[in-house]
Parts: sequence; structure tokens; C-alpha cells
Amino acid sequence: MASAVGAIGAAGAAPSESGVWSWITTVDHKRIGVLYGVSAILFFLLGGSEAFLIRMQLASADADLISSGVFSQLFTMHALTMVFLAIMPLGAAFFNFLIPLQIGARDVAFPRLNALSYWLFLFGAILLNSSFVFGGAPDAGWFAYANLTSTTYSPGDSMDFFTLGLLVLGVSSLAAALNFVVTILNMRAPGMTLMRMPVFTWMALIVSFLLVFALPILTVGLVELLLWRFFDMPFFSAEFGGDPLLWQHVFWLFGHPEVYILILPAMGIVSEILPTFSKKPLFGYTAVVFAGVAIAFMGFAVWAHHMFTVGLGPVAIAAFSASTMLIAVPTGIKIFNWIFTLWGGSLDLRTPMLFSLGFVSLFIIGGLSGVMHASPPLDRQQQDTYFIVAHLHYVLFGGSIMGLMAGIYFWFPKLTGRMMGEGLGVIHFWLMFIGMNVTFGPMHLVGIMGMPRRIYTYSEGSGWEFMNQLESVGAIILAIGLIIFAVNIFRSLRSGEVAGDDPWDARTLEWSISSPPPVYNFDAIPVVYSKEPFWDQKHPELAHDKPPADAVAPVAEDPASIHMPNPSYWPIIVAFGASLMAGLVIVNPYLAFIGGAITMMGVYGWIFEPAGPEEHH
Amino acid sequence: MANSGQAPEEHHDSDHPSPARYIQIAVILTLITAFEVAIYYVESISKEAFIIIFVGMGIIKFIIVAMFYMHLKFDHRLFTWLLLAGLTLAIFAIVTLGTLFRIFT
Amino acid sequence: MATHSTTAPHTGPLATTTGLDHRKLLMWTFLASECLFFGSLIATFLLFKDASVSGPIPQEVLNIPVTSTSTFVLLTSSLSMVLALAAIQRGDIVSGRVWILATAVLGATFLGFQVFEFKEFIDEGLKPSTNVFGASFFTLTGFHGAHVAVGVIWLMSLFIFSFKSKDGIPASKSLDVELCGLYWHFVDIVWVVIFTVVYLISSLE
Repeated sequence: MASAVGAIGAAGAAPSESGVWSWITTVDHKRIGVLYGVSAILFFLLGGSEAFLIRMQLASADADLISSGVFSQLFTMHALTMVFLAIMPLGAAFFNFLIPLQIGARDVAFPRLNALSYWLFLFGAILLNSSFVFGGAPDAGWFAYANLTSTTYSPGDSMDFFTLGLLVLGVSSLAAALNFVVTILNMRAPGMTLMRMPVFTWMALIVSFLLVFALPILTVGLVELLLWRFFDMPFFSAEFGGDPLLWQHVFWLFGHPEVYILILPAMGIVSEILPTFSKKPLFGYTAVVFAGVAIAFMGFAVWAHHMFTVGLGPVAIAAFSASTMLIAVPTGIKIFNWIFTLWGGSLDLRTPMLFSLGFVSLFIIGGLSGVMHASPPLDRQQQDTYFIVAHLHYVLFGGSIMGLMAGIYFWFPKLTGRMMGEGLGVIHFWLMFIGMNVTFGPMHLVGIMGMPRRIYTYSEGSGWEFMNQLESVGAIILAIGLIIFAVNIFRSLRSGEVAGDDPWDARTLEWSISSPPPVYNFDAIPVVYSKEPFWDQKHPELAHDKPPADAVAPVAEDPASIHMPNPSYWPIIVAFGASLMAGLVIVNPYLAFIGGAITMMGVYGWIFEPAGPEEHH
Repeated sequence: MANSGQAPEEHHDSDHPSPARYIQIAVILTLITAFEVAIYYVESISKEAFIIIFVGMGIIKFIIVAMFYMHLKFDHRLFTWLLLAGLTLAIFAIVTLGTLFRIFT
Repeated sequence: MATHSTTAPHTGPLATTTGLDHRKLLMWTFLASECLFFGSLIATFLLFKDASVSGPIPQEVLNIPVTSTSTFVLLTSSLSMVLALAAIQRGDIVSGRVWILATAVLGATFLGFQVFEFKEFIDEGLKPSTNVFGASFFTLTGFHGAHVAVGVIWLMSLFIFSFKSKDGIPASKSLDVELCGLYWHFVDIVWVVIFTVVYLISSLE
């Protein structure tokens, strides 16, 4: 049997080829991770440019660099881009690349579904951004409150690009989340119980469940918005008995879990990096895991703290205020565990560690200003001021982006086989850290001084000029930092120091294989006996959970006999059909059937395509 | 779907109900529905009592279909937990929104 | 996978950690997600059913006898679905095909009832844009109907492609039918909730 499988397996080795077509048809989780990562970084730069324009406009009083209309489009698209097209897909990039490597699997459970998720994401992102060309981008804020989104107040197509783009992106994220849930629950290496999983994989599992449960709520809201705008179904029209507040509830019922969807991947990354560079296991693994689970559950019960000023009534406000204060507890548990991980460790301040420490310190600030808003009187004072802008950027930039940057520096050697430049990395870190605080720190003050969000200019003598100037200088520092980051990536790709398998003396399974990993990841599926299997293998004298005395190391398979799933072009066809369908709805709902037909064709092609060589014989 | 061809041993077909049992269940479901429709026309029952009866009957039908037709009674616990998680969050959302919009008064 | 270590604490690399099939786990996770989808639609309906500024109101249009009949049809389709799966699992090709087709036909009949009902409502002056009751009613039941339609297409695909081979759908591929069945029964229990909440309770005076 072995020889027969070997012969088929040789044909199955095709996915390692290069060229554009191989990327279009790839189902390899590592390549899809790269696709996600590169796209997300490009969108991050786009969203960053939008923010830069906003900062330049606000650098001086009574400026007229951009009009108020364009300004509204910019802050709306900045938020949508950063949330849905940069941070979420960067998280997805790490999930894709790392989950199979960390759990000792050869791919995800559904490789083609994984490719579909990516292509839907890309086409959905293009659909959303194409609004800039077709009559103007969405300009009602990223949370798009009704009535502003009605056909009366948003008469053009811009809000339809918002609705349909987000629907496509939602399907993409849901497919990816379902895939990761099955992969993590079902494809762990022998011996890897749930409580032996790396913390990053745990956070990936939690985020995936959050997506599974939160996305359908957004979908319903978006569908109602669509039907309201297209067919006058009066969901949000008060004059027909509808209620604009319903949108706010539905949006934040999704939106608050979404906040944790954005931050938990970064928390997972940092929970891997801090132990590695402290030479200590993570302090309180179990507490960190259960704190993550608790955050996920409670995340569904705090949404109305975004709505303290709409008149919910004292009982509701008190309840949501209490639940919001409560959710600070598991978050605090995580922070203490990270600090105790550092305590007494032999710290090695390499770039990933610097970014992780930046994450912890900035996230503490963002977390503290966040829990302030659990207090309704304080929240009322700060609602719609720059204080909120400061808070959310400390959490999402100081938190998510710093954590994701740490992850990029940490796993770049595993992905490419080369180290990222340490010198440029340190400069990048300090520019980001200083630039971030100079940009967003003064927003706390200017917010307390009363500067509202989303205003495109302010007048001379308001007292906000200096702070705004300072913030814009901070934005320039951030921009320089990002240019250095880009230079560092290109230089490291071309001439970075060769990394070797385990450049950081790290602890989890992905570092036990070559850098970059072979297509099949593991020639021998590892057997796991502890939480940090690779570290314990390197340092058996320190290991708590030792393999039994009679344990035999798994035997490596002949790479030629390992059959990987075949490449497929059906995912991109299905994604194209579905996105075309969404886009055509804007032109004419009846034309959308063309996209629907392509999708159906793609689905049937998909079903009858043999997934892997093993199904041929 | 790389790994879909494996693990036939997870089926415990011997535990599954027989077709005769399935038909019995269908009869029960039909009788419950018929009962609901029949008492719907009894005018002496108050609205509150109706709501309790209908919700109760609905829950019974829901549980029967999920346990027997969807095999949750015979299948891995994980599936039950997944459905319960979704149901719990959905009911939580419905009840909280209903309370906030004061539809239960 | 004879090459794998025989001392591994669990099973070989191709077996799953939980022992459950990937596709079945995917389907159940998806159904858990669908609970929130229909939950949000039902929440919208409950908020709006009595909030309309102008009629028709639920009590004026909802037709319990007709909907009871269509409910019976859909419940029966769940029976034929489990019978189809049972037939295929014991290798009874012909019965398997017949029950799959019967399920699809019953599903299509249910959709026919729904088209009839929608047309009646529109004739009685309740369009999706008439009031919030209409908007939330048509959205909720419309999305349920769309799920039934997808299920009918799925069943018909299973039925047609069972003729590709003389063996129909062999017992070794019964999972293909089981997954469709899980989806189908889920759509059925969603209807149990809709029948209770939207029809029986909302039409009470």
C-alpha cells in the first residue's frame, strides 16, 4: 500500500509550485495566511492614509484642505477599513498561518473553504472601497446610525456599498470562523488536550466562536438596512412605528463582541511572546484561558454601554453599567498574568518583546479609560468627544496593532526563513510607541475640553489648536514609523539574516519544524505531553509533564507519501459570483441573478471536484 | 474536506431509532400541532394561558425534533452544547431586547 | 497510516481529535450560528408586531387553518427525511431515493403554501412596506422560506446525482444525506418557533 500511496502522493506535491496561478488556486493554509496578511497590511496603509488626511485637515483651525463631505467619507472609511479590512484580516492571517502549525496539523479542516474566505474578503473589500469611484464612499460613520442612513439623508449609493460590502465580508469571516472552530476542535495532534493548547490557539478558538455567534446579528441588521433602503420596509422609520434605536441595539449587540474579536488575537500573540522572551512559562495559563472565555461570554451582555445617552431608562443603564464594570475583571486577570510572567524572568528585549511590552502598557491605559465609561454620568460627559477617540485608539492601535506588530516580528522568521532587521525594528517600535502616544494622548485632554468627534474643522480661539497640532505631529511620526516598517520588511525578505528553525528558543510546536515550513508542515505528526511541547522536548530536565517511559518518538513519513489537498479554482469563482451578486444589487436587484448563477455553478463545480488525491482511487 | 473519509466507527447505528419509532414521533408531533389548533378556537381560555400553552407545546416539539430527528439524544454531547450555546444567546438577545423595548408589559 | 507510531496515546493523524467528522461538526457549528440569525429576526418581529401605526394588524390577516396545514406538511417532511437517511444507512437504494424525493416535494409544497399566503396578504393590503408588522413578518418568514428553498435544491441535487452510480448513495456516503437532514430538521424547528410565536401567539386577540 505504501508504494501506491507514494505514487499518488508525488502528483499531490504540485501545490508547492510558484506563479500567479498557484496563488489564485492555492488551498495551503500558509499561503492563504500570506495572502490575508499582505492584503491586510495594504489596507492598513490605505486606512492609515485616510487617517493622515484627517489629521492634516485638523492640524490647524479653520482649515480647508478637504471639504466636510469628504471628511465624513474619510473618517467612516478609515474606521471600516481598519476594523474590517486591516485588524480582522491580520488576525485571520495569523490564525491561518499558525493554528495548524501550533496544533500539529497539516492543514485546516476545509482548505478550499479557507480559500473561499480569503477571496470573499478581498472582493468584499474591493466592493466597499469601489464606492470612492462610484459616487462617493459611505459617510454615516462606521456604525451607520439610522436615520442618517435613510434614503432621505443618504440619498446616493454610498450606504448600499456599506451594507453589501459588509455582508460579503461577514460571510467571509463566518466561513473562516467555522473552519477554525472545526480545525482546532478536531485536528489537534495526539495528546494535545484542550488545556494543552497554546494560548494563541485558545484565543483563536474563542474569537472564532465570537464570530460564529456575533456575525449573524450584524447580518440581520444589514439586511434590515438594505430592505429599508431598497423596498421602503419601515424598520427604522419612526413615523411607521419602526424604531431607529433598533439599529443601534443590533449594531452594538454585534459591535461589542466585535471589539473582543479585534483584541483577543493580539492578546493571544502577546501570551506567546512574553513567555518566550522571559524564559518562563506563561503565569497562570488556566486563568488566562478562562479569562478569555469569560470575556467572550460577557461580551454579549455589555453592548448598551455604547448607548447610555439614548434614554434607556435607569434600570437598563444600571444593569449595563454593572456588566461593563464586571468585564474589566477577566481583562485585569490577563494583565496581571502577563506582568507575573515577566516577574523574575530573564528578559530579552528583542523587537517582538518591545512591541509586546508596548501592547501591555498601552492596553492598560486604554482599558482604564474604557472602564471609566462604565460609569454612566462620566460616559454622558464624554459621549461623542475626542476622549472616546483616544480610548478606542489606545485599545485598537496601542492594543491590537501593537500586538499584531509583535506577532509579525515574532513569526516572520518562521514564515520566510529570515529574521527581520533588529536595528530598524527597534527604531520602528520607538517611532510607533512615541508617535502613538503623541497622536492619541492629547485626544484625552482635548476631549475633556469638549472637542466633539467627527467635526471637520474648528474655529480659531477654541483652545484646541495646540493639542490638534501636536496630534498631527504624532501622525507624522507614525507615518515615518510605518515607512521604516515597510523598508525593514523588504530588506529582510531580500537580505535578512537566515533564521534557522528556532531563532528565539521558543516553546510551541511551530518552532520544531523548518523555516519556512514544508508544504505538509510535519513529516511526523508530533505527540504532545505538555502545554509547551517543544520547550519540554528541548529541556526535558525542566519539564513538568514528561512523556511516559515507554514513549516512542513518532516516525517521520516519507514526504513523497504525504498527500496534500489539490489546488482549486472553484473558491475564487464562488467568491467572485457572490461578490458580483452583491455589487449588482446596487445597479439593479434583478441583475444580481447573474452573480447568483455564477455562484451556483461554482458551488456545483466545487462539490464534484475531488478534494484530494486520496479520493481518486 | 481532506479528512472526510475516515472514522466510520463514530456511527452507533444500533442506537438509532427504527423507522417505526420515527413514525410514532411524527404522530406525536402531529397530535401536538392538532391540539394547539383545536384549543386555539376555545374562547374561554385567557390570552396569558394561551401563550403559556403554545410556548410549552412549541418547546416540546422543538426538543422532540432535536433529540430524535437530529439524533442529539444518541450523538456526541458537543453537538448538544453547540445548539444550546446558540439558543441561549438567541433567547438572551430576544428577552433583553424585548425588555428594553418594553414589549412584555 | 501504518507508518505512524503505534504508541501514540490517541489515534493516527487521519482520525479526528474528537472522533467526530469534520463536516458534521461544521454543520452543527453553522446551525448554532443560525440560531442567532433567526433569533435576531424573531426579536425584530416581536418588537414590531404590535407597533404598526396603521393596519393590517396580525389578527386581521394571519390564517391559522392554512398555516396549520403547511406546518403539518413541513413536520411530515422531517419524517421522510429521517426515513431517507435510515434507508440509505441500511443500503436500501430505492427507498432512499423515494424518501429524498418525497422530502423535496413536501418542502416544495410548503413553499407553495407560503407563496399563496404572501399573495393573500398582499391582496388584503399587507405589503412588506405597509407597516412594521409587514416588514418584520415578511423578512422573518421570507428568510425561513429561502432556507427551505435551499434545502429543496440540496435534496433535489442529492436525488439527481444518486443516479450517477448504480448504487445510488451508498451507505458509506450516508453522511452526505445526514448533513442535509440536520439542516432540514433545523429549518423545521425554526418553523416550530415561528408557528408558535408568529402565528398562534400573534394572532390572539
